[in-house]
Amino acid sequence: MGKGMNDNIIISVKGISKSFGGLKALIDVSFEVRAGEIYGIIGPNGSGKTTLINCITGFIRPNAGHVSFRGHDITNMPPHKIAHMGIARTFQIMRPYYSLPAFKNLIVPLWSPRARKTGGWRGGGKHGDRDTVAVDILEEIGFERDSRVPYKLASTLPTGYQKRLELARCIALRPEIIFCDEVFSGLSMSEIASMLPLIEKLKMDGITLIMVEHRLRELFRVADRVMALNFGEKIAEGVYSEVIEDKRVKEAYLGSEEV
Amino acid sequence: MDMMRKERIDRGIKVRTEGIYAISSYREILYLMGPRLLLIVGVLVLPLFLELAPYWKRVINIMFVYSLLALAFDFLANYVGLVCLGGAFFVGVGGYFTAIFNVYLHLPIYLSIPLATILGAIFCTITVLPCLPLRGVYFAIVTLMYPLLATRVIEALNILGGTNGITGVDSFPHEYAEQYIVIIVMLLFLFGMRRFVNQDIGLVIRGVKDNDQAVKASGISITYMKTLAVFIASFMCCFGGAYIAHLYMWAGLSLFALDFSIIPIASVVIGGGGTLVGAVIGSFILVPLSEFLRFFGTFRIVIYCAALTAFIVLKSEGLMVYLQRKYHQFERWVKV
Repeated sequence: MGKGMNDNIIISVKGISKSFGGLKALIDVSFEVRAGEIYGIIGPNGSGKTTLINCITGFIRPNAGHVSFRGHDITNMPPHKIAHMGIARTFQIMRPYYSLPAFKNLIVPLWSPRARKTGGWRGGGKHGDRDTVAVDILEEIGFERDSRVPYKLASTLPTGYQKRLELARCIALRPEIIFCDEVFSGLSMSEIASMLPLIEKLKMDGITLIMVEHRLRELFRVADRVMALNFGEKIAEGVYSEVIEDKRVKEAYLGSEEV
Repeated sequence: MDMMRKERIDRGIKVRTEGIYAISSYREILYLMGPRLLLIVGVLVLPLFLELAPYWKRVINIMFVYSLLALAFDFLANYVGLVCLGGAFFVGVGGYFTAIFNVYLHLPIYLSIPLATILGAIFCTITVLPCLPLRGVYFAIVTLMYPLLATRVIEALNILGGTNGITGVDSFPHEYAEQYIVIIVMLLFLFGMRRFVNQDIGLVIRGVKDNDQAVKASGISITYMKTLAVFIASFMCCFGGAYIAHLYMWAGLSLFALDFSIIPIASVVIGGGGTLVGAVIGSFILVPLSEFLRFFGTFRIVIYCAALTAFIVLKSEGLMVYLQRKYHQFERWVKV
């Protein structure tokens, strides 16, 4: 990485550690992400991927370490303030606002102070209303506008649409970074295939994506760089061909050869 | 033998009235407005009928206060996710505030009630603020303590008239003023709240109930949303308390009585949670019933409990949910 690239760094994580009682969930994890890239975080179950996202987005306080976003220290800030700065996230366990129709789910981010500050809730026009913008965003993300899908109760949507809704909720916030916590898990191959262009479109729009994934093949099709975690430690980082050949990554996923 | 299953289908008129075409015929307009008009006209002419039964006037006034409290409980529990058992605290604060303004500061009744409602709601919101991070049963238990705490503080410090309360609160200038003020305020709050929960800000508040993590991740402070919700709910209750204080011309410790916390909850259970109007209908049933059962002396509690239990077992969805279903849908038996 050349020195000139440093100006481009949008988020930098330094020495994050977190333990729950005796369990060390994260040990001195550091990484930097450049604006506009897709950065993947991989690792087996329980390796601390979701905890890392929670620490960065403020849902959990790390025991040590710093997170800075565009040069501002955001460590220990409450989650809604971090989101207000433009850091959106999805949740691994999808929980839409069950009692609301799908498009009304987007009213929450569109009503947020961030959307009002940026004027994002008005869409293109000067006097838009949130419902119209919400349906526009849902269409962008693959809900067929003329079908009844955007108007169905969120609790009745199939899994694929609920995943998209999670992502739509982030997009509605007009964020600079989206942390995607396993957006592909639980989806069929064809559903994933239809999600991939969406991810690429977000990248084209200049949004930085940090994707935590279990499914390596899908991730490697879109990610520019990848980091691997195992037992809370960063074991490898680089482009995908390097990381996948790394001895420690292979061990983490497949087990070591010597018994 | 064929298995049969009950099928529910929306009535044609319900589907037709969902869009703009609802205004195309009188029948459709009536279908939409009928139930609403029935309620509004019903409660507005009620005081006229009560000329025939003057004893029931006071019961009916209290009934409307209870419907306000039930409305507040339904809003907090089913739209915000805060189960608040401290309704009596809000009532007591409203009552004592109006008594202080009216008796100690000599403000007239048309100033003391609005002031007590607004300042009381602010006071209640600030005092509840520390327990807003609590969720579920923990919030319920802590708020249950608030009216008990207030009683003990007034007793122990012997302030605000101590156990005797504050006497000499002004009464309402006219009997009709007394009745219509609470009816009109109740109607305003009922229809106002129904509108509010479907506004964008109302949807955000409902989002807090469904998934508060996602609301945080959308850059919205859930503490702020909960504070706003508690302010709205305590606003309604404080008005109720201020009204009762002027009705009885007295503000005392019984304003913190558990009845004000519990009967609204029972009303919501009977009327159907989450419908708002169900809470009002529920108190229209419960409060007169409880008064009617006075005839049976202490045995009335048994009858009251039996009636409540029967309701919960037989129609656990709530009266209003049941009625709405019957109104909007028809049922038929089909083969499985």
